[in-house]
Amino acid sequence: MNVLSVLDLAVSRGGQPVLEGVNFTLQSGRALVLRGPNGIGKTTLLRTLAGLQPALQGSISAPPDSMAYAAHADGLKATLTVTENLRFWASIYGTGDVIPVLRAMNLDALAGRAAMSLSAGQKRRLGLARLLVTGRPFWVLDEPTVSLDAASVALFAAAVRKHLAAGGAALMATHIDLGIDEAEILDLGPFKARTPEAGGIVGGFDEAFT
Amino acid sequence: MIALLIRDLRLAVRAGGGFGLGLAFFLIVTTLVPFGVGPEGGTLARIAPGILWVGALLACLLSLDRIFALDFEDGSLDLLATAPIPLEGVVTIKALAHWITTGLPLVLAAPVFGVLLHLPAAGYVWLVVSLALGTPALSVLGTFGAALTVGLKRGGLLLSLLVLPLYVPTLIFGAELVRRGASGMQTDTALLMLAGITAAAVALVPFASAAAIRVNLR
Repeated sequence: MNVLSVLDLAVSRGGQPVLEGVNFTLQSGRALVLRGPNGIGKTTLLRTLAGLQPALQGSISAPPDSMAYAAHADGLKATLTVTENLRFWASIYGTGDVIPVLRAMNLDALAGRAAMSLSAGQKRRLGLARLLVTGRPFWVLDEPTVSLDAASVALFAAAVRKHLAAGGAALMATHIDLGIDEAEILDLGPFKARTPEAGGIVGGFDEAFT
Repeated sequence: MIALLIRDLRLAVRAGGGFGLGLAFFLIVTTLVPFGVGPEGGTLARIAPGILWVGALLACLLSLDRIFALDFEDGSLDLLATAPIPLEGVVTIKALAHWITTGLPLVLAAPVFGVLLHLPAAGYVWLVVSLALGTPALSVLGTFGAALTVGLKRGGLLLSLLVLPLYVPTLIFGAELVRRGASGMQTDTALLMLAGITAAAVALVPFASAAAIRVNLR
């Protein structure tokens, strides 16, 4: 079953087209890893897919309410404890218990600590734990392994594998190899937007002002 | 949505949340005014409704830029925008949380501050009524200003410039209601206008705020 199909998609950042003609589909139980140099538009593509910005062209089809998005920033509140942070997102998504999730991301020893006293890697683990409490089948992840140590990367890879085995899907932008067999790799290099002179598309949000 | 309200209230009372800041500011304004215009009771009583309302307005303004800026910085606003609750609901809850932490304490403390300004006895009820009716509009309009300036570095000043003109109708009818109440005149017109402005703002402005956030997030 397709959880996502993208047809001839063009995305822009700050009014400037960055990617065009992007086509791919993602099936449940599979993961797709986006690759490409810095600035190619991985984050822009993921934000567009998550619905945070409109596409310049093309179509995105995904079942409604299937997506959970995790950005560079973890969205943690410094003065709330680990459990309070997680429980907030669990009730926003209408899911239940956060205790198994804390255990899965090896956070149970930190449950009562304020988020501001966590290390960068621990914050990241908490940010990824948020994905587990959303209960959404399709994960959109932007650089999920930043500041994680090897053990935590393995922990995260195991969580992704378990999610895929349960029929979920994941789309992620990452530079490192997670060792997930179900993952395919999509290099964004060939989709780099052409300049308008070379026949690329013009336009974007602020076209009325240029 | 209740979870979001509880989270915002909890954040407000935790360290650095700024709860009570508006109230303290209101207290300082009302104690400074007698120093400025002199302690003569008649003068103070005449300007009390206006000073109390301007003070409430500025106290409200003080905490507006925190409404979305903090959520924007730590990425929660992106995540809330992709969460299963509508953005219109998010901004309404944010405005409600702002009102509970800023507007409501002002409403409750206003009679005490009225004493400092020699407000005539007949005016106390109307002061509380006018603030209770008017401050929700201040929070909702302020949320709209905060939504417009989210993502701007040092958007606080711009926010004040955008929001203060929008506060003018509420200020006029709020202060007028207290003035009429204090001098024993008929209060119906000012009361209805104030209530109408608040009702319209609460009903319509969240849609504009949500649209402003959508534009700022892209």
